[in-house]
Amino acid sequence: MITGTAGQQVKKVRLVPTFSSRDTLMAAQAPQWFYAMRHAAAQRYNQLGLPTSRHEDWRFTNIASIRETAFELPTSVDSGLVAAKQVESVGILGLDGPRLVFVNGRFDSNLSSLGTMPKGVEVLSLAQAFTSRQALLEKHLGTLAGVQDQAFTALNTALADDGVVVFVSKGCSAVQPIYILNITVADKPLMTNSRNLIVVEANAAATVIEDYASPREDVYLTNAVTEVVVGDNADVTHYLIERESHKAFNVSSLYVRQGRDSRFTSHSILFGGAIVRNNIYPVLDGQGCDSLLNGLYVIGGDQIADSHMRVEHTKPHCDSRQFYKGIMTDRASGVFRGRIVVRQDAQKTDAKQSNENLLLSDDASANTDPQLEIYADDVKCTHGATIGQIDEDQVFFLRSRGIPKQTAQALIVYAFASESLERMEVEPVRGFLRSQLLDRLPAGAVLKRLL
Amino acid sequence: MLEIKNLHARVEGNEILKGVDLTINAGEIHSIMGPNGSGKSTLAQVLAGHEAFEVTEGSITYNGKDLLDMAPDERAAEGVFLAFQYPVEIPGVSNTQFLHAAVNAQRKYRGQDDIDAIEFLKLTKETRNLVKIDEKLLSRSVNEGFSGGEKKRHEVYQMAVLEPKLAILDETDSGLDIDALRVVAQGVNSLRSPERAFLIITHYQRLLEYVVPDFVHVLYRGRIVKSGDKQLALQLEDKGYQWIEEEARAATV
Repeated sequence: MITGTAGQQVKKVRLVPTFSSRDTLMAAQAPQWFYAMRHAAAQRYNQLGLPTSRHEDWRFTNIASIRETAFELPTSVDSGLVAAKQVESVGILGLDGPRLVFVNGRFDSNLSSLGTMPKGVEVLSLAQAFTSRQALLEKHLGTLAGVQDQAFTALNTALADDGVVVFVSKGCSAVQPIYILNITVADKPLMTNSRNLIVVEANAAATVIEDYASPREDVYLTNAVTEVVVGDNADVTHYLIERESHKAFNVSSLYVRQGRDSRFTSHSILFGGAIVRNNIYPVLDGQGCDSLLNGLYVIGGDQIADSHMRVEHTKPHCDSRQFYKGIMTDRASGVFRGRIVVRQDAQKTDAKQSNENLLLSDDASANTDPQLEIYADDVKCTHGATIGQIDEDQVFFLRSRGIPKQTAQALIVYAFASESLERMEVEPVRGFLRSQLLDRLPAGAVLKRLL
Repeated sequence: MLEIKNLHARVEGNEILKGVDLTINAGEIHSIMGPNGSGKSTLAQVLAGHEAFEVTEGSITYNGKDLLDMAPDERAAEGVFLAFQYPVEIPGVSNTQFLHAAVNAQRKYRGQDDIDAIEFLKLTKETRNLVKIDEKLLSRSVNEGFSGGEKKRHEVYQMAVLEPKLAILDETDSGLDIDALRVVAQGVNSLRSPERAFLIITHYQRLLEYVVPDFVHVLYRGRIVKSGDKQLALQLEDKGYQWIEEEARAATV
């Protein structure tokens, strides 16, 4: 069990049955309220334990391999771990905004370039924020990401020691996307717990890109939590790009609260990882909100990608859209679980949810579970899910025009996925993902040349 | 150019073609007519290489090669083109993107370099004007949201860009208004050349007023039972297929 408060040094953490707390980088700066929060989270985690497939929310995703791995926590900043050259080759290029690079969950200022921020925009690491932005953290940190039911969120809260804090003041705009590149290199299994907080005040705007990549095929667990506070009439776009090692595990949870007339967009692209669980929990908590959750998972081998959503409408006249697409090959397993909750006050809700899956092999699988939970009586909610294979008539049509079979199939798969990419507005990201997508398709290289 | 001998083909266990013989030379236009279910579309699909149709007997020789031995994409690159009766929609791929890919795939098969981007633009622009197809339509996904007439004109557009040696039109004229029909006919006539042959499958003789065939064949119950010239088409228009059926029945008794 977790017995002590921060202060004890424990290097090895086995997630089950228990773990102990330890010193963190921030120990020196972190205030008492934060210790209290972590302590409560640690206790809650010890009560919850890691979920098993007996948990309704984890029915299709077996995380035994996470449970059975002994993860270490990063001990100190090792700035020589990743070279600047590697960052250039791993990262998405062509983004003009601030770039924050995290190596093994820790902010690396040498690899990062913050540049000059527009007026009213602050971007800093969580560790820095504890010195300069304590009041902001105390006001928001942990307010959206509850630890009551979510073991991984509890674990993150108990152990998080770095991450990004974005603060955009009333009426200001971050203009350029804020790019967070998370790189992990682990000789031994490692667990990182990034904690991000994005606060965008009324009439303000920001785009944040969370990118998870591995330069090597290492075993590790990324357990990230991001909280997003969207002010009245504000505009926030969040990208999650998962392209980690096929031996890596990733649990990412995005908690969002939207103010009146605000717009929130989430793009989730899951390409990498052995087991990936992507939780998105927006609460449309003011009238006239607009929420778009756009997702694409493209997996092969023995990968598991699990997209879990809970969209909660609490106020009238809000629109939410969930568009998720999955492409599975080999023995990969795609899971989609989307729930729309419409509270009694949320009249005139317009909620739509769709999940389409393409299976490219006999052993690939898709589990889709759209759910509606409605307490209001004047709402429009639709949901739908499909699981299919490549349409042979489409393949024949393309072949009859001279396009070879494999290329034709790749083109159809590419077309299926490209709808998700087309929704993205940041061109360097869209172009990068398009290229990554083609790299993952059989005959993608030929297709790249043809397109 | 094309020699079909004793062709038998079946789909899902049902034999549809029961011994088709047909020879087409370069420069000729052949028309195949016949009542519903006679096997017209099956013949077109077999020529293009649809895998759902199984050839159980007979042969097809195309320019000295065994056509049945070639994959659909190889046939296309060798110059066989099928204008589909029901063109499929492919959301997410733009018409232009698709056609560019098709042109380059065929060029690659023939050992040619990729088409120059400017050359491709020029080619498509000329063809666009020929078949009166809207540029905006071409920037959309393949056939997505197209009207029936637009889909058919789009098939003729692809044909004109790909410049096949043997073009098979499977009921391209069905469901077209007179203006669209003229556009389709104009597309075919403009491609007419001593090196190129056409096989026009049609249900009506209307198209044949604009595209005059050298030969008209009647396909009935999986066999070509009668061949003639343009006059045969007019006769069929006039008298229907009843007399063909009677003749065929008499022949088998």
